[in-house]
Amino acid sequence: MERRAVYRNKVLPWMLLGPQLILVLVFFYWPTSQALYWAFTLEQPWGGGNLWAGLDNFLYIFRDNRYWGTVLRSAFYAMCTTGLSMLVALTLASFVDRALKGTKIFQSVFIWPYAIAAPAAGVAFRFIFSPEAGLVGGINEIWPGIWDPSTNGIQALGMVIICHAWLGIGYNFVFFLAALQMIPRSISEAGAMDGARPLQRMFDLQLPLIAPTAFFLLIMNIISSFTDSFGLIDTMTEGGPVGQTEVMVYKIYVDGFKGLDYSGAAAQSIVLMLLVIGLTFIQFKWVERRVHYN
Amino acid sequence: MSQISIKAVKKVFQKTEVIHGVDVEIEAGEFVVILGPSGCGKSTLLRMIAGLEDISGGEIAIGGKVVNQLEPRERGCAMVFQNYALYPHMTVRQNIGYALKVARVPKAEREARVLKVAQAVSLEPYLDRRPAELSGGQRQRVAMARAMVREPKVFLFDEPFSNLDAKLRVAMRAEVRNLHRSLGVTSVFVTHDQTEAMTLADRLIVMNSGYVEQVGRPSEVYHHPASLFVADFIGSPAMNLVRGFFGEDGYFRHGKGGMLNLPDLAKAHLSREVSIGIRPELVRRVDASHKDAIAAVVDYTEELGASRLVYARVDGSPIIAVDDGNNALGTGMPVHFAMSESDIHVFDHTTGRRADHAGRPVRATDSVSA
Amino acid sequence: MIERSPFFDAVTYAVMIIGLAMVIFPFWVVIVAASQSLHEVSRVPIALWPSDQLWVNLAEAWDRGGLGTKMTNSFIVAVGVTVGKITLAAMSAFAIVFFTFRARMVCFWLIFITLMLPLEVRIVPTYAIAANALLPFQTILDTVGITWLVQQVSGFQIALNWNLLNSYTGLILPLVATATGTFLYRQFFMTIPDELAEASKMDGASAMRFFWDVLIPLSRTNMLALATIMFVSSWNQYLWPLLITTDRANFGTAVMQLRFLIPTMNGTPDWNVTMAGALIIMLPPLLVVALMQRWFVRGLISRDK
Repeated sequence: MERRAVYRNKVLPWMLLGPQLILVLVFFYWPTSQALYWAFTLEQPWGGGNLWAGLDNFLYIFRDNRYWGTVLRSAFYAMCTTGLSMLVALTLASFVDRALKGTKIFQSVFIWPYAIAAPAAGVAFRFIFSPEAGLVGGINEIWPGIWDPSTNGIQALGMVIICHAWLGIGYNFVFFLAALQMIPRSISEAGAMDGARPLQRMFDLQLPLIAPTAFFLLIMNIISSFTDSFGLIDTMTEGGPVGQTEVMVYKIYVDGFKGLDYSGAAAQSIVLMLLVIGLTFIQFKWVERRVHYN
Repeated sequence: MSQISIKAVKKVFQKTEVIHGVDVEIEAGEFVVILGPSGCGKSTLLRMIAGLEDISGGEIAIGGKVVNQLEPRERGCAMVFQNYALYPHMTVRQNIGYALKVARVPKAEREARVLKVAQAVSLEPYLDRRPAELSGGQRQRVAMARAMVREPKVFLFDEPFSNLDAKLRVAMRAEVRNLHRSLGVTSVFVTHDQTEAMTLADRLIVMNSGYVEQVGRPSEVYHHPASLFVADFIGSPAMNLVRGFFGEDGYFRHGKGGMLNLPDLAKAHLSREVSIGIRPELVRRVDASHKDAIAAVVDYTEELGASRLVYARVDGSPIIAVDDGNNALGTGMPVHFAMSESDIHVFDHTTGRRADHAGRPVRATDSVSA
Repeated sequence: MIERSPFFDAVTYAVMIIGLAMVIFPFWVVIVAASQSLHEVSRVPIALWPSDQLWVNLAEAWDRGGLGTKMTNSFIVAVGVTVGKITLAAMSAFAIVFFTFRARMVCFWLIFITLMLPLEVRIVPTYAIAANALLPFQTILDTVGITWLVQQVSGFQIALNWNLLNSYTGLILPLVATATGTFLYRQFFMTIPDELAEASKMDGASAMRFFWDVLIPLSRTNMLALATIMFVSSWNQYLWPLLITTDRANFGTAVMQLRFLIPTMNGTPDWNVTMAGALIIMLPPLLVVALMQRWFVRGLISRDK
């Protein structure tokens, strides 16, 4: 990033950077360090400052089966939403990439889910899946009581996962389509000259060439399953029934803001942060090795 | 008084010295061309004059005032960039007038000056277009107009024609020459194209790997190259150069037993390790019966239309001659050449400097007075 | 295009139409339900065709959710975040790309590490800061001993306090404090050729002049792209507004309000009103994405890649 045409000035860059640096300090570094502080200390019930707790907070959550349940559920949730959403988006993108007449209309609609706030989608899907309402709930007319996500945890989780996957279609579609369109036409044409049929070309040429994008999306989707899931779960199930749709972010929220257990929530936050940082780091490492074609 | 005075100027990039102490005086109103292969430091030198690059050592004065610490805007220079560097979001009018706007020149005056300059480079019809809507030649003109509008003390050109096609380049060359004649502004022009350099320059500065090899009028540089590098670099086809030494018998020995009878030069450069050189157009093709005929064997020829280049071999050493005779030559045919001793340049092989007839090496910084 | 067989074209359209149905179905359900009466919406199975109650339901949802205030709040927050982020991003990217100063790389990393942790992940500690945004500075003053010194000298106890709960600043600032926009601007500034800056130097323009006259106009496209994604993402914020707003009547945002439109366990299942509310609330970002798609897609791709 070395430039020749640079300005030299002792004060100006600091004035330009100042506002952002202050905001980042106040709203990012300070809170993050606070989280560390809380995670390693315990607030005394009658005041008088925090006591050093060492790894106790972490040991406490790691010994808690309910926490591990949440972690496993988050992993499952991440896997399902990511897989579903990417598969649908990739299928749509590869057909849109054929650029037939009228494709533009499909293309714009496929992006729409990205515009929708997670809670808005949550409300809509809650209605769609509501056992009393006449959509999916209609099945109860035939087999009474077969569908009730408010008591059946598996059904509830499945419903949230479908909604999350739907929400992710727009984002994944944009990136897959951009990646496919970046592949020079001549590569596909060379494949056709070599006698490969469209499906074979898809697997032999296009998929390997968009692998970097797919990997990027994989990471972004997993991170989003950690972060964006909050709005969905809060509007669709509130973690229930009996905590069976609680994922990591939601548990942090419940423990921290409902249970007022800052130390426990902070320790959980640190674990989640490390997870996200780890994923981002893998992502950055990968970016360096990304293939480029002109 | 000289307009631009460059004294012992050095440039260091991250601990590597890339310009090693350059001394040049440029007179007011002169058109000076800095010529050299890529990476020789010519652009860096120009950018140091402009103020876009720090001066690591020595000093540069413009109009008698040392400018080392001055910002580009305080130096009174205007510059034409290689890729024009036009502001893509501004119209031609705004591009040309931007410097005046920054300098808070009143609007009416600004308009008038932009118009005048635009007329001078025949850009008037395009004033409201954006750079993207112009051809290469027109963009080039905008870049020049932008430099001219400020009425600077010095014009700097950084390989301005390298993005143009051959025909346009010739036309722009003539245009720049005319502009210089009518405006009379001191100009420094950087290029790696020797034809461009020869045709434009009042004086040439030939640079090589951070050193100035020679400063002089184009004809001087051509006819009296100060070093092996200049001899080899200037001229197309390149000067014939061959390494060897002079013996007491008046013969120059080279290659695999090659002998040339050069008694006068041998006397001056006795038993020195030298390279001698002669321009291809001064190598005459003669009959075998000529008294100084040198026998050679043709490798191949290149037809140029009016003449042809003969690539041949004399006792294993390659030689190029310009032949304007009519009889064609085929590969492997014998051919005879002759040359006058006075056309031959002698270079000291260890220093690479010219060793003229009196044996006095010419210093790089000698500016040959006009 | 190769392989233009009619059969393959038919398959292509079939897949795209199935995809369209999948994507559009929830929108359709929202519109249909929002246009039906309580009786119609409770019918099993439901009729998947709009009825005539749309305006009634919209008005009801608007009233019940207090959406007048909430939509205004959402607009203020979304516009505030967008403008703030673009301004700060352009400024800091300019400093990082075009200036040499010793701490440049440090600043670069300080800002870009924030890309790693989305707000949701560090929600607990960020919430704590909202009660007093000046706490970091107070702590610095305390630790360095300035508080003690000032108290000794003037008898005045420094107590910095700035409560962000229930305020627009509280809703906006934490969302501005990430590097996404800075990253986009940096990418763009890196593509500006050196000669352009040099030409402006030769023309006598100062650094700030170059910023205003050349960089800002040139980055208009990027600005628009960034604005669309920033608007959409800040409009759609949920968790943060939920936490920082206790005075929901005055400072609640529209998206927050969704949750309170859901029929309660034992209340009337008037999903038609809920859906009407959802329709109103999802409309602004949807319009931005649908109408400014070109900018939006460009911004999305260049921000995240």
